[in-house]
Amino acid sequence: MTFIMVEMEIQMVIMPLDISRKLFGKRMKNPLILASGVLGVAKAGLESVAENGAGAVTTKSLSLEPRRGHESPVIIETECGLLNAVGYSNPGIEGVISEFTGWKRDEPLIVSIVGKDEKEFAQLAARLEQNKKTLNCTAIELALSCPHTPGYGVMAGQADPKAAEKITRAVRSETRLPIIAKLSPSVPGEVEAAKLAERAGASAINMGNSLGPGMRIDINRGRPVLGFRMGGMSGPAIRPIAVRCVYDIYDAVNIPVIGTGGVNTGQDAIEMMMAGASFAGVGSAVYFRGPGAFRKIEGEMRAWMKERGYKRLDDLVGVAHE
Amino acid sequence: MQTARVAKVANESSKVKTIELDTRLVCEPGQFLMVWVPGVGERPMSIANNDPLTISVANVGKVSSELHRLKPGSLLSFRGPLGKGFRVQDGWKCILLVGGGYGVAPLYFLAKMATSNNIETLAVVGARTAKDIVYEDKLYLVTAETFVTTDDGSKGAKGNVMVDVGRLLIDKKRKPAAVFACGPERMMLAVARLCLKHEIPCQLSLERYMKCGLGVCGSCDLGGKSVCRDGPVFDALDALAIKEFGEWKRDASGARNRI
Ligand SMILES: Cc1cc2nc3c(=O)[nH]c(=O)nc-3n(C[C@H](O)[C@H](O)[C@H](O)COP(=O)(O)OP(=O)(O)OC[C@H]3O[C@@H](n4cnc5c(N)ncnc54)[C@H](O)[C@@H]3O)c2cc1C
Ligand SMILES: Cc1cc2nc3c(=O)[nH]c(=O)nc-3n(C[C@H](O)[C@H](O)[C@H](O)COP(=O)(O)O)c2cc1C
Repeated sequence: MTFIMVEMEIQMVIMPLDISRKLFGKRMKNPLILASGVLGVAKAGLESVAENGAGAVTTKSLSLEPRRGHESPVIIETECGLLNAVGYSNPGIEGVISEFTGWKRDEPLIVSIVGKDEKEFAQLAARLEQNKKTLNCTAIELALSCPHTPGYGVMAGQADPKAAEKITRAVRSETRLPIIAKLSPSVPGEVEAAKLAERAGASAINMGNSLGPGMRIDINRGRPVLGFRMGGMSGPAIRPIAVRCVYDIYDAVNIPVIGTGGVNTGQDAIEMMMAGASFAGVGSAVYFRGPGAFRKIEGEMRAWMKERGYKRLDDLVGVAHE
Repeated sequence: MQTARVAKVANESSKVKTIELDTRLVCEPGQFLMVWVPGVGERPMSIANNDPLTISVANVGKVSSELHRLKPGSLLSFRGPLGKGFRVQDGWKCILLVGGGYGVAPLYFLAKMATSNNIETLAVVGARTAKDIVYEDKLYLVTAETFVTTDDGSKGAKGNVMVDVGRLLIDKKRKPAAVFACGPERMMLAVARLCLKHEIPCQLSLERYMKCGLGVCGSCDLGGKSVCRDGPVFDALDALAIKEFGEWKRDASGARNRI
């Protein structure tokens, strides 16, 4: 008993604050992952996000064929959030492979993919499997959950439990890379979807994508602002919903959860972890706090943990369930 | 999103129209607007004047052709000012502006501001042929001197802008303290290289395919920088350090194309 007490005291005094993480065996300097679709078009863009403090980065979601995406405006600011309808613009799998080949930084690279059905997802996964060495990617993320692109994600029912399971299984059969299933906070049955994705071979759950779709109308012109008229909500406004979804999924699965949606400060990231997330996804904060967002969030996490004597992230994960 | 009324529309050349609004905007030369035509699209446009707020638009496609149909009294909506503009340092006595195509528009705004701050301003404007030259008359009013070059020699010196730029950079009497360029990227590359050689500070207003204008979507990435938020004005030395400057651009899908 005394021995344990002494050991705890020593820990308190000499153990440094450690917020590093392992993502499928690869070290991350902090638990913050750049969310897909933010600055993820170019390799140089992701390099500078990593340089600016992200623990891991995710590419813009890519499809088999090139896509121009929706007409502009593609993003409009709203109270405490952004509304976006980019529409999965990307140069297609071959363009993306040539763009991202030779990722050299230590921060893990996650490649996000979108398909019309499980066959397309499987084809994309097979191409990534063939190129995983030259790409140097750590995981594949399945974007099952975009709320504003016809034929994909929520608009194609892909975030529903059965579809999520079917797509994850098809991808699992084509690759040995870890799979992250990115689900939707807008679709009922998200807990079941997480469970079925895990059963089908997912290695982690990302909860989640943008919320909605929503709409903003410019009253001077009497027209919806976004080119696609509606779009997904992100940023601080959606955080309570993302936190609740993460909380419920944490209880239901045994794989790590990435909590994404409205993480804007270090305190927000800690809230996500208390709900059960092992990692925090960060997207819109790049707008609200600038390219230095990751450094700021990491600094705030450290300061908060230090003040309260927390030494490790695992002491925070899921505490809201106790 | 703001909405104003069109006050005046003027033809600059066969391709370019200048649209004046019934409003003004607090902004810097080199900053831009995202101009929105409801139901059609939204595109980046340089600010050609702050008071009255003015843009000059080349008719090249879907949105720009709609902008060419605007009449006095029509509504125009925009977001902005966006991006970082030109920086003029205290103590610069003389500056040189180099423009091509609609790139001359933001340089006009810069010339107006510089001249009102007692900086001697020279301008070189290039075009393919005499009828494509824009802003020449307006520049005469706000610069100490304006030179014109045309590829076919139909007006001013025959050749590209470099003919005049090369001469002005080594002018003993009034060597420019800095050079500002906006226009076709190959032109800006040549200007940047010459300024480097003569050790004259140089700023360029660069263009990439922009979607959000907020530094979020990543479409306008240039060597890890967002042109919409970190630019569009870059120091020439920073631009020259980026491999793709003068070499390639991305399209709406993000695919790379040679310039
Ligand atoms: C910072 C900045 C300032 C600009 N300032 C001016 C200006 O003052 N006057 C002016 O006439 N033009 C300006 N442009 C270019 C202008 O935004 C577009 O090229 C043009 O209006 C095309 O729109 P469109 O719908 O008519 O053409 P589209 O039918 O969409 O396409 C025609 C061509 O225009 C180019 N283009 C289209 N959309 C964009 C876009 N969002 N960003 C960049 N290039 C695009 C593409 O190369 C395309 O091939 C500027 C661009 C930038 C990035
Ligand atoms: C401009 C923009 C583009 C996005 N594009 C994608 C995408 O291509 N694939 C995807 O899975 N999620 C995409 N998202 C959703 C984000 O990855 C993230 O899940 C969501 O924005 C919530 O996180 P945030 O509040 O931190 O932004 C996009 C979000 C934004 C704002």
